[in-house]
Amino acid sequence: MPAGTVQTVIAAARGLGSRTLRRYRSLYGFRAYLRPFRWQMWVMFVAAFAMVAASTLVPLVIKAAVNGPIARGDRGAMVPVFLAALGLGIAECALIFVRRYIQSIAVLRVETNIRDDLYRHLQRLAVAFHDQWQTGQLLSRATTDLSSIRRFLGFGAIFLVVNGVQYVAVVVLLVATYPPLGLVVAAMTVPVIWLARRFGNEYSLLSRRMQDQQGDLATAAEEAASGIRVTKAFGRGALLHTQFVRQAEVVRGSALEMVALRGRFWALLELIPNVVMALVVLLGGLAVAHHAMSLGALVAFTTLLVLLQWPIIDIGWILSMAQEAATAADRIHEVFATVPAVADPPSPVPLVDPRGHLRFEHVSFAFPGADEPTLRDIDLDLAPGETLAIVGATGSGKTALTALPARLYDVTAGRITLDGVDIRDLALRDLRSRIATAFEDPVLFSMSVRENLVLGRPDATDAEIEAAIDLAQAGFVHRLPWGLDTRIGEQGLSLSGGQRQRLALARAVLARPSVLVLDDPLSALDVHTEAKVEAALARVLRDTTAILVVHRPSTVALADRVALLEDGRITAIGTHSELMQLPAYAEVLSVDALHSDPDDVAAGASR
Amino acid sequence: MTTTSVEQWRGVAAETQDEVAASLSLLLRRRTRRLLADLLAPHKRAVWIYTVAIVVSVVASMAIPALVGIGIDRGIPAARRGDDVPLVVVAALIAGCAVLQAVLYRTFVLGTGRIGQRILLELRQRVFRHFQRLSLAFHERYTSGRMISRLTSDMDTISAMLDAGLDTLVTAVLSIVTVGTVLLVLDWPLGLVSLASFVPLLWLSRWYQRRSTAAYRRTREAIALVIVHFTESLRGIRAVQAFRREPRNNQIFGDLNEDYRRTTTTSFQLLTVYWPGIRFIGNLTTAAILLMGGLRVINGDMKVGVLASFVLYLRRFFEPIADVSQFYDSFQGAAAALEKLAGVLDEEPSVPMPPQTMDRLPDGGWPTDEWQGAVEFRGVTFGYRDAAPVLREFDLEVPAGQTVALLGKTGAGKSTIARLLARFYDPVSGEVLVDGVALRSLAEPELRRAVAMVTQESFLFTGSVAENIAFGRPEASRDEIEAAGRAVGLDAVVRRLPNGWDSAVGKNGAKLSAGQRQLIALARAVLADPAVLILDEASSSLDAPTERLVQRALRTVLAGRTALIIAHRLSTVGIADRVLVVDDGRIVEDGTPAQLLAADDGEYAALHRQWLESLA
Ligand SMILES: Nc1ncnc2c1ncn2[C@@H]1O[C@H](COP(=O)(O)OP(=O)(O)OP(=O)(O)O)[C@@H](O)[C@H]1O
Ligand SMILES: Nc1ncnc2c1ncn2[C@@H]1O[C@H](COP(=O)(O)OP(=O)(O)OP(=O)(O)O)[C@@H](O)[C@H]1O
Ligand SMILES: [Mg+2]
Ligand SMILES: [Mg+2]
Repeated sequence: MPAGTVQTVIAAARGLGSRTLRRYRSLYGFRAYLRPFRWQMWVMFVAAFAMVAASTLVPLVIKAAVNGPIARGDRGAMVPVFLAALGLGIAECALIFVRRYIQSIAVLRVETNIRDDLYRHLQRLAVAFHDQWQTGQLLSRATTDLSSIRRFLGFGAIFLVVNGVQYVAVVVLLVATYPPLGLVVAAMTVPVIWLARRFGNEYSLLSRRMQDQQGDLATAAEEAASGIRVTKAFGRGALLHTQFVRQAEVVRGSALEMVALRGRFWALLELIPNVVMALVVLLGGLAVAHHAMSLGALVAFTTLLVLLQWPIIDIGWILSMAQEAATAADRIHEVFATVPAVADPPSPVPLVDPRGHLRFEHVSFAFPGADEPTLRDIDLDLAPGETLAIVGATGSGKTALTALPARLYDVTAGRITLDGVDIRDLALRDLRSRIATAFEDPVLFSMSVRENLVLGRPDATDAEIEAAIDLAQAGFVHRLPWGLDTRIGEQGLSLSGGQRQRLALARAVLARPSVLVLDDPLSALDVHTEAKVEAALARVLRDTTAILVVHRPSTVALADRVALLEDGRITAIGTHSELMQLPAYAEVLSVDALHSDPDDVAAGASR
Repeated sequence: MTTTSVEQWRGVAAETQDEVAASLSLLLRRRTRRLLADLLAPHKRAVWIYTVAIVVSVVASMAIPALVGIGIDRGIPAARRGDDVPLVVVAALIAGCAVLQAVLYRTFVLGTGRIGQRILLELRQRVFRHFQRLSLAFHERYTSGRMISRLTSDMDTISAMLDAGLDTLVTAVLSIVTVGTVLLVLDWPLGLVSLASFVPLLWLSRWYQRRSTAAYRRTREAIALVIVHFTESLRGIRAVQAFRREPRNNQIFGDLNEDYRRTTTTSFQLLTVYWPGIRFIGNLTTAAILLMGGLRVINGDMKVGVLASFVLYLRRFFEPIADVSQFYDSFQGAAAALEKLAGVLDEEPSVPMPPQTMDRLPDGGWPTDEWQGAVEFRGVTFGYRDAAPVLREFDLEVPAGQTVALLGKTGAGKSTIARLLARFYDPVSGEVLVDGVALRSLAEPELRRAVAMVTQESFLFTGSVAENIAFGRPEASRDEIEAAGRAVGLDAVVRRLPNGWDSAVGKNGAKLSAGQRQLIALARAVLADPAVLILDEASSSLDAPTERLVQRALRTVLAGRTALIIAHRLSTVGIADRVLVVDDGRIVEDGTPAQLLAADDGEYAALHRQWLESLA
């Protein structure tokens, strides 16, 4: 029976322990980042211990000196005493210095390495992930959360151990000094641990909520920053301000709850050792009065007891720090734990002699989380060098279709092959170096024009860059203040709409892919420029396989064949003149606009 | 060096560098101090109250050791005599002090926490509001990443200081003062020697202050660059992945991250010198006192007991000073952040909106709710960069109610004209007027009732379709919102979305197609119901049938409204009363579509011909 009880107790203890440990599991998972710095971590621990020892030693040495040589009037011993005190003092400083110095090297490197890896991982995660996750949330993980982990590794973790050891050592000394009173002191451990556990549980919930809310606040800041033009256009600064403040108030609410919790817990931690002190004075005094204990022992006892105060009080901030770090680790871990939905195959098929034969075989596609597939049963066969135009109404799935060949999303059924190989069997680098896309909203970065252009081919020569600029009629770049070295504003917003679009086109062409995907590439161009670009594009398209999303008949002329996309299905495919027979096709291209809607355009023209 | 490689990809731009000259440093500090004083002002009383609370709490905790001494000296002899009362009383007093201390401490933590959070909220509010007030030119220069970094990372640093425990500071100062007094009373010559240690201490602190200010300033800038790159590359993730930019991005991010690490290391290491340095001064003083005091004792000038307690007190004197140095460190970090924020708050909007509409109408009256919408550009010169004006002495008059189409080559300056009319920028010289009132003199609500614009890039906020439309007029009822949506044909789209008008559009509208996003932007403008409506290629991504639908809708919407429509597709021009062809910032043709078409050698006629060809 007793054996059973022991087992139950052990099991219960393990249960409690594992629950607490589980909270720190993600944090523990980051230990690999410490491995390269394990020597430094050891030195930091040793230095921390040594410093505590030196600090404890200094008063003892001074006491010994005062009561010894000085009291004796030994003039000759003064210099050694001075040197000893100085030596200990220097040692103490040196130990702090060493610990801090190593901390500034190792711990900051750990933080930097995790941030680097996080960024790398984010770059690998599929577009679908980024559609869903707010940049602000990710950002707050990469900054705020990482610094909590850094703080914990630098201070919290070390002093957790140092203080723990100090606590145990002092308690053992106390029990040795006078066991009955020592046990009374040791009993204080129980409420301290109980408090710490309760605090840990509550604080962990709060800090999770708080850190999430901070991420939301960062998101709000991010949106307000990117949407500044729309905000200005409608004069809605005040509205955004109200919304932002509302969120900031939510954050403040959580922060205040945390403050309240900390205040309560910290105050109790201050209270406990002092109450124990009152008990010790009372019980110890009585013991001394009844000769159960010597007066000297009581004095020593109370002196030692003072040493217990700091380790206990420190538990407060160490635990807060640990809890915040654990939450931060959880949040970062969530990102790391996400497996890139689009990834390299285990053993990629090498792509030899790419010709650009692109086939869609019964391809269906649904956006993650959508109930209905956006594309259904798409069958396309693009012979090498062939140009296919995709025509369809707004929202019919054209952009979705263009995202598939470069594997920005993976098909949900069927397959896409490039030169006979399923694109999922190719290395992503190979695949994406064969396919270049000009997106419908030109994605430009606040870098030099040149860097934006050579995004897909960093080794492009000046002549090639020039040719691409020519083709896209983007000669305006030479008139920018620093030519190709001019930094274009964020998202290219220091350029006009048409200028941005032409840069994006030049970039895609410059990548010299086997398959060129152009999503409505001329929508922001005037008719003159459009005609010139079309003429130049025609040359490139002659020997490049291309998918071309098109809203205008003139661009259709660039294509060998046209596919009509209706509601995610290809309902017709053929040459432009063949499809012209279909009313749906003529309608969507508005070829018959002149006839069908006399009071629209033509009215103005013929008036 | 990484800086050169960083500069290379970044490219060149004429932007004010954030490097701070020494002369500026003073100004910055003054500005920061002013902001801090301003933020603290409303809490002065509370701060005093909580300071008193913590002082009493510290005194209570300092009383405990003394009480222990009394208990041992008086209580035990009494107890030996069989009188336990004094011992019990002392123990009760200790417990009482402990409770008092804990209660006051908690009060202090809560109180200062509340003040800190108030200040943080106030600061967030101010900075955010000011960002909204600043003009586009500022935002283009400053970049959104920096703005985000100011609103997040800098605020974190400040909140870290607030958490760093003001109580440590108060406790430390209090013990320094009391212990210092005790030292002087115990033995004034040695006391003076101890106080003399303040000379090197202050010198060391001054050194630290100067260096760490610079270091933390660099840290703030470095983290801002990290954030800028982080947000930008995630926002453009499609292009990053499609063009295999990851390795280069990783490299750039690595450089920036490394730069941040280096600056942080510098500020860390300054403290690594400062803190042990303070301890060293303390320990050196202690050793010196031991030597001098020892000699005095041996010479009979001083009692051993006095020296013993003096030396032990000395430690209680220097330890809090080291604590203060730690607090000072987080203060310095926060000060650097505060300095950046003060810089933003000091930035004057280059397109200042008066708080109240100032101008009288030409006939002496005030602009009413009923804007007519007559637009005039009077001798407007404007350029984004000083060197190259986009518009020179530009004149244009649009009578109220006219629908004007603006055509021209890309980069001709069409959007620029539109932005000036929407007052995104102010002309360098000349004036833009609506109904004879200069835009400069209109308060924001007035201005937006007069003019609203659908920009070339349609931005959607995270939220539902309805919420995004409501952005045009937040007080609009649900029916009005849906009506505006229906007017541009959004109902057909919405019908297929999972939650209708309440469907989420995703981050930046990612769950919608380009055309659907444009429709929402249009509906927003329709709902806003301004006197002058500007559409900058607002239907460029629409398919032809949808565009026709939109046009039919616009015809109703634009009735009785002035409109400026920029478009490349001449189909859009169909609804215009007047066409302007812009080239290189000048109007080269002006007339009704029919007039311009008649002039065979005209630019419009040529455009029209080419467009007809493109339809064939
Ligand atoms: N990330 C997404 N998650 C869920 N649904 C999406 C997502 N992106 C697009 N959709 C939906 O898929 C459909 C097809 O969108 P797509 O962008 O492919 O249209 P499109 O043919 O390119 O239209 P447009 O001519 O307007 O650009 C739309 O109805 C849209 O609402
Ligand atoms: N924010 C900016 N900062 C600096 N230069 C700019 C900015 N916006 C536009 N420009 C420049 O001003 C000129 C006129 O641009 P604008 O946007 O008015 O052209 P646009 O006629 O609207 O052309 P598009 O049809 O391509 O939109 C262009 O040369 C452009 O590069
Ligand atoms: Mg599209
Ligand atoms: Mg434009």
